[in-house]
Amino acid sequence: MLIIKNLHARVADKEILKGIDLEVRAGEIHAIMGPNGSGKSTLAGVLAGNEKYTVTEGEVTFEGRDLLAVPVEERARMGLFLGFQYPVEIAGVSMANFMKLAVAERRRYLGEEPLTASEFLRLMREKGAIVELDSKLTSRAVNEGFSGGEKKKNEIFQMAMLDPKLAILDETDSGLDIDALRIVATGVTKLHTAENATVVITHYQRLLDYIVPDYVHVLYNGRIIHSGDKSLALKLEKEGYDWLINDYKE
Amino acid sequence: MKQKDTDIIGDIENREYKYGFTSDIETETIPRGLDENVIRLISRKKGEPDWMLEMRLKAYRHWLTMEMPTWAHLDIPPIDFQDIIYFASPKKPSGITSADDIDPELKRTFDKLGIPLEEQLALSGGVAVDAVMDSVSVKTTFKEVLAEKGIIFCSMSEALRDYPELVRKYLGSVVSYADNFYSALNAAVFSDGSFCYIPKGVRCPMELSTYFRINAAGTGQFERTLIVADEGSYVSYLEGCTAPRRDENQLHAAVVEIVVLRDAEVKYSTVQNWYPGDKDGRGGIYNFVTKRGICYENARLSWTQVETGSAITWKYPSCVLLGDNSAGEFYSVAMTNNFQQADTGTKMIHIGRNTRSRIVSKGISAGRSQNSYRGLVKVAKGADNARNYSQCDSLLIGDKCGAHTFPTIDSRNSSAVLEHEATTSKISEEQLFYCNQRGLSTEDAVGLIVNGYAKEVLNKLPMEFAVEAQKLLSISLEGSVG
Repeated sequence: MLIIKNLHARVADKEILKGIDLEVRAGEIHAIMGPNGSGKSTLAGVLAGNEKYTVTEGEVTFEGRDLLAVPVEERARMGLFLGFQYPVEIAGVSMANFMKLAVAERRRYLGEEPLTASEFLRLMREKGAIVELDSKLTSRAVNEGFSGGEKKKNEIFQMAMLDPKLAILDETDSGLDIDALRIVATGVTKLHTAENATVVITHYQRLLDYIVPDYVHVLYNGRIIHSGDKSLALKLEKEGYDWLINDYKE
Repeated sequence: MKQKDTDIIGDIENREYKYGFTSDIETETIPRGLDENVIRLISRKKGEPDWMLEMRLKAYRHWLTMEMPTWAHLDIPPIDFQDIIYFASPKKPSGITSADDIDPELKRTFDKLGIPLEEQLALSGGVAVDAVMDSVSVKTTFKEVLAEKGIIFCSMSEALRDYPELVRKYLGSVVSYADNFYSALNAAVFSDGSFCYIPKGVRCPMELSTYFRINAAGTGQFERTLIVADEGSYVSYLEGCTAPRRDENQLHAAVVEIVVLRDAEVKYSTVQNWYPGDKDGRGGIYNFVTKRGICYENARLSWTQVETGSAITWKYPSCVLLGDNSAGEFYSVAMTNNFQQADTGTKMIHIGRNTRSRIVSKGISAGRSQNSYRGLVKVAKGADNARNYSQCDSLLIGDKCGAHTFPTIDSRNSSAVLEHEATTSKISEEQLFYCNQRGLSTEDAVGLIVNGYAKEVLNKLPMEFAVEAQKLLSISLEGSVG
């Protein structure tokens, strides 16, 4: 589904990604861990197409297409979803209206008929339940006045609405209390199928108690320096990164 | 400058103005230029009473002593007032004799503008329309239905003929000819416009509207609207305007007067979409408008305007809160793109006790446009317990446009409570990226964000107008994003 080869990227003049190789297949869950500043959010941003980052080398194939040549909105319509670490507020635009447009674009890309108003409302209710999203929030403006926990639930709600092929969740667990973490993480698990894939970027192994990864990768200084199964996350939790990164320090 | 900003302002070319067509209608015009003979000619063509002609001449003589105002934040090229045609009227083709029949080409024009002149085609809920092309009203619908309730809704020309006393009593009572340069010019040469009278205690059963269309080249449009809401009555009034796409500038100088008597309420909504000029700033309407209402005891006047058109807009719909407990409101969205300039706002004049006013102004600037809010909140000595709340927001798209705010507060009464809030913001890269990442194109995202920003004002518009205005905001931004 997603094949990343030798990906290099920089922001302004600073090289952040220094040769990433990664393959994600349908049905898989990958966790990307690593110390602050190792390039995790940059990787998520580059895959989604954030123009803040410039790709200098390498290639990315998604669903057989050269992803780096596809505009941001088209990547989204193809089924690439980014769960934001800091979801953005849009004043005066209701969540329902925002999702109506987003869902319409995705369905149009898939060649599906547009939803009727009642079908859409039903979908909203159904998907909102997955993350126990207060139904009042969908009539409020996008993320405006949402608490930290509500914003993150709202990201997973949007993921549920758009039914992506590949979801990249950038520190979806940051700033969540234990209950919210459970709800958000359980939501992600419910959405996981054999046809889609999830990449979770996290600092903490506790998220992986709920979202059990098939692979855990350690990103450091712009490269994946180590990969393993879920036991790697437990080891990192206990021992930190030092045992891994000493060899790679500049 | 980041890549996206460059795109946003880089590709302004495709802006679409879908009302820019010209109708092929035979038009009777008078020669260019302005003097007392021209004014006599206009008055004679309209078959006016003598007092009206006298008023016009008085205004004209006063106008000759006046200078064009220069205090606005506008760069106004010189206007040659002798190079304007002051009266243009669509000719009735031979074969049409009945007063109720109208030229099919005229009907087609208004159909194309989405303004049905046949009552059975009116929008659901019913909107009565006075359709004005160049200098004359071509048709007013639902007159009979309204007359059953005693409501008078007709063109100003008809009003002068059929209800001269009523017109004489109120015309110029809110905006005097001496008020300003353009009101004096208007009082001298005004051609048509709408007159509306709602009798005591009557709630007008449908929206009343006037649609102004400029068609003929080289002309100016000088319309005059007078609305009188008698005690305890209510009316909601709508105004729309468009003009053909032309390389030359055309002048539009209107006056709207509203008299809101005791316990009455008037809502006046405008969607102003005059031709704004092209991407290089060629052509477009110069829009110099004086709008003012006077509120007696317990009366309420609410202005809502969506300003997207015109090359230059100079307009300050105002409320004189004369009676105790009267209230005035001003809700405005002013959007400028390319080389458009707008200097718009309101005046709230608190004279009576316990008077309240509320101002919500949302400016949106794109391209190389300049957009100013100018407001005055004045509290007179006797206006005990006056209250005003003002909110002025500016939204910038790109970095070549300008937004300016000129609020003035003049309070002579220490019991007044006046609040003012102002914000300036830009559409952020983060917002656009967030929308893009959900599958929305940048253009859709900007339209969505702008409409969200303007929502508080758009919500004040009557339903079918609000939908139109929303589309208009998105269309007017077309091409301003990459």
